Amino acid sequence: MDATAVKHDRGKMCVDENECKGCGLCMEACPPKVIAMSDHLNHYGYKTAEYCGEGCTGCGICFMVCPEPGAITVMRLKAKAAAAVSGSGLEGANA
Amino acid sequence: MHKKQLMKGNEAVVRSAILAGCRGFYGYPITPASEITETAAELMPKVGGVFLQAESEVAAINMLYGASSAGVRVMTSSSGPGISLMQEGISYMAGAELPCVIADISRGGPGLGNLGSEQSDYHQVVKGGGNGSYRTIVLAPYSAQEMADLTAWAFELADKYRNPVFLLADGFVGQMMEPVEFTNAAVEPKVPDWAVAGTKESRGNLITSLHMDNDELEAHLKKLEAKYMQAEREEVRSESYFADDAEIVLVGYGIVARILKAVTVAARAAGINVGLLRPITLYPFPTKEFERLRKRAKVFVVVEMSNGQLIEDVRLAVNGARPVEFHNRQGGNVPTHDELMALVNRLAKKLAEDKLFTDAELHVKETLAKVAAEEERLAHV
Amino acid sequence: MSSVIIPEYEVTHSRPNAFNKSYERKGELKHATHYCPGCGHGNVHKMLAEAIDQLGIQDRTILISPVGCSVFAYYYFDVGNVQAAHGRAPAVATAMKRSRPESILISYQGDGDLTAIGAAEILHAANRGENITVIFVNNGIYSMTGGQVAPTTLVGQKSTTTPNGRSIENEGYPMRVCELLATLEAPVYIERVGLGDNKQIAQATRAIKRAVENQSKGLGFSLVEVLSPCPTIWKMSAVDAQHWVRGVMEKTYPLGVYCDKTKDAHPRTPHAPAPPLSELRKIMGITSEEISAPEVKQEIAADKKKVDLHVRVAGFGGQGVLLLGEILAEAGLDAGMQVSWLPSYGPEMRSGTSNCHVRISSESIDSPLVALPDVLIAMNEPSLRKFDASVRPGGWVLYNGDTFPGDCERKDVNVLALPFTNIALEIGDARAANMVMLGALLEIADALPQASIDAALNRLVKSKKWIELDERALQMGRELYHEACVGV
Repeated sequence: MDATAVKHDRGKMCVDENECKGCGLCMEACPPKVIAMSDHLNHYGYKTAEYCGEGCTGCGICFMVCPEPGAITVMRLKAKAAAAVSGSGLEGANA
Repeated sequence: MHKKQLMKGNEAVVRSAILAGCRGFYGYPITPASEITETAAELMPKVGGVFLQAESEVAAINMLYGASSAGVRVMTSSSGPGISLMQEGISYMAGAELPCVIADISRGGPGLGNLGSEQSDYHQVVKGGGNGSYRTIVLAPYSAQEMADLTAWAFELADKYRNPVFLLADGFVGQMMEPVEFTNAAVEPKVPDWAVAGTKESRGNLITSLHMDNDELEAHLKKLEAKYMQAEREEVRSESYFADDAEIVLVGYGIVARILKAVTVAARAAGINVGLLRPITLYPFPTKEFERLRKRAKVFVVVEMSNGQLIEDVRLAVNGARPVEFHNRQGGNVPTHDELMALVNRLAKKLAEDKLFTDAELHVKETLAKVAAEEERLAHV
Repeated sequence: MSSVIIPEYEVTHSRPNAFNKSYERKGELKHATHYCPGCGHGNVHKMLAEAIDQLGIQDRTILISPVGCSVFAYYYFDVGNVQAAHGRAPAVATAMKRSRPESILISYQGDGDLTAIGAAEILHAANRGENITVIFVNNGIYSMTGGQVAPTTLVGQKSTTTPNGRSIENEGYPMRVCELLATLEAPVYIERVGLGDNKQIAQATRAIKRAVENQSKGLGFSLVEVLSPCPTIWKMSAVDAQHWVRGVMEKTYPLGVYCDKTKDAHPRTPHAPAPPLSELRKIMGITSEEISAPEVKQEIAADKKKVDLHVRVAGFGGQGVLLLGEILAEAGLDAGMQVSWLPSYGPEMRSGTSNCHVRISSESIDSPLVALPDVLIAMNEPSLRKFDASVRPGGWVLYNGDTFPGDCERKDVNVLALPFTNIALEIGDARAANMVMLGALLEIADALPQASIDAALNRLVKSKKWIELDERALQMGRELYHEACVGV
């Protein structure tokens, strides 16, 4: 999870590797298609979904379609940080 | 001291239950238990309780499962065919350790049988008709007064052991009107700490009979078994009527025990040394009382309105030490005073002639006879 | 585990609070549910948990776990949990809700549980309008047991018990629960939703919240059916299963609202408050010492002579056979004696013969069965024929002597074959014949004081008109006995 990136997307999603079973529904559902299947297996032997690292809008659809209660967490950029992003002229990069 | 009132045993059950803190009744009508359902329908709403006529006995017992889970003292009533349908839920309740009281006013079977009074639910109630290693405590009233008294006790036992408790009466005991007084004090309903009551305090509670892990289920079964062992130590009840010095001990419960009392009096008057042992708890069975009486008794006579169900427990309790004779009537027929007197006279005569034997003694006699016959044959060869 | 904190971001979607933080299921599986990858149960659980969070009802919520794949729902939800027998969750929920009206009852069921084995329970809970919420997860198959046919299996769909596909000749048509339940008056909200795509999932989330909210408002029965993928048994990828819900299953089970009466629904009337314990006896008609009339009866009791009366009363249903016996027993009790009353019962009460055994004794009563009656009251001829042989030698037989064709055969008993019914008719109503016969019996027995008879009549006969008629009938019976026995 790269929190130090200069570019701030509107949203971020992260996948808890201990809960994800790799069904792929989040990848199918994600509008900007920023979720991919990882190469390695988790504790249970499932491949897990992972965030590609950029482009998340924070819409929450991946969370909604995920069958596991806590496998996905979705975050949104706070208003103050969003203003800073806006000032940097990078808005719309996630669209 | 409260005044006695004439009422049916079936009507007494509900009043006693309400005094014992019962505030839920879910049932399905069936002859000869319907007065219990009807009385509950009348009284439960008046005391802040719930009455609901369920769509089936299956639903009724599962409603008991729900109400009991919610921590309410709850009961139902039924008869043979309905009890059969309830066995699923009874097994679940025993497994989930849920208290409840079930009044079985038994009738003729199998199947639809008839509406007459039988005691043929003994096996399905005392031995448990549902799946799994469980027991139900079974109380057998023989009067309207005991319908009231044993109902109150049934609720105490159900809570003490967190287990279903049966009141097993025949149609006669349920339908009969006798003077009843309600001696039990009114109990304030309270929510046990294990209940799931929809409150903050009970939020973490779980009611289930499911234990997927083998070791976990085995531990649970051992816990259940320990409860049954405790009940066998602490809750056995029976009535001994002229039985302490009796040579012939009559054994029966419910209406049969009433008839046997009359027979005992008449036989004693005729100079025959007869007594009655009446189990009041059918589970736990009064085995120790049989062990005590068999020291003096020469023969036990089981009388029942079923095809030899009670006799199995009596044979186990007597454990081959004495002969166990059997007399029954079925189909709604009742053993008559006359036929029982004839039986007692016949046994007294056999006793006098020293012609009553246990199975083991008979076996020895037969073997000896065979040996003698063989020796006789060889001597002539 | 998902406690990633990034300073510039705030968490908008994460595990709802109504879930446990870890699942005490099996040692090593504390973080993931037991559901297969892509199973719809997890989605529905999450929707339900979110609804509980949003409505602020976690403490009040009771979840009934069914039998089926979701049998372990109780591992996941941090609410009150009860696991029910297969199909019986609506019955369990019914009694829990009625026992604890403040609680929120969720009956969570699969399609085998709800439509097959539990068809009766769901139908009746819905028909009663129980104020509960039913979440019905329909994946068209028995998944937990390995893929057998369900009532909801699609026509032609293969299962382990329909290896050639469901045929309408053999298994019938897929059962449409929403349509079926919507025909009932009581339910307030029934909707079918799906997990077939993002839009459907969003609608399912809203529907489940509404169904729970309806209950919290006390509106009544709500059910949401969720068409839900089972990738494992359907043998599809999770994504293909999702598409199958939308593209195939939905054709048999159209999505939509099948019933919405929430606008017109009124909250159920609450329980009447429980009375204080001190009033229970009075409410139940249990007489207390204070209201029993003491003195007269004690005198009688002290003065009582040795009585041991065995009576058999028999006739047709409707002739007042049982009441006659009841009055006799009630009067005996009033007079301080031991009594028992044992009826025939069942269909006999409604047609055909009826009879009862009454015993009145100054000693305790052993058997309530009257094998050898001292007195037989036969109110019709079949009863006379059936029971006259049983009467104790020296006993009494009473019957309508003017209407029965034959006589009592017995020579060793006293026979009172008198026109009891005609006398009742003369004084106003043939139905009082039982009381005329009771009057004669009272004279024969000579054991009960008039005061006790009056007390019994007043307790058991409700109408004043009938009490008066019965009193006259009793008197006529007494006189009839004396007239008949003057010459005996």
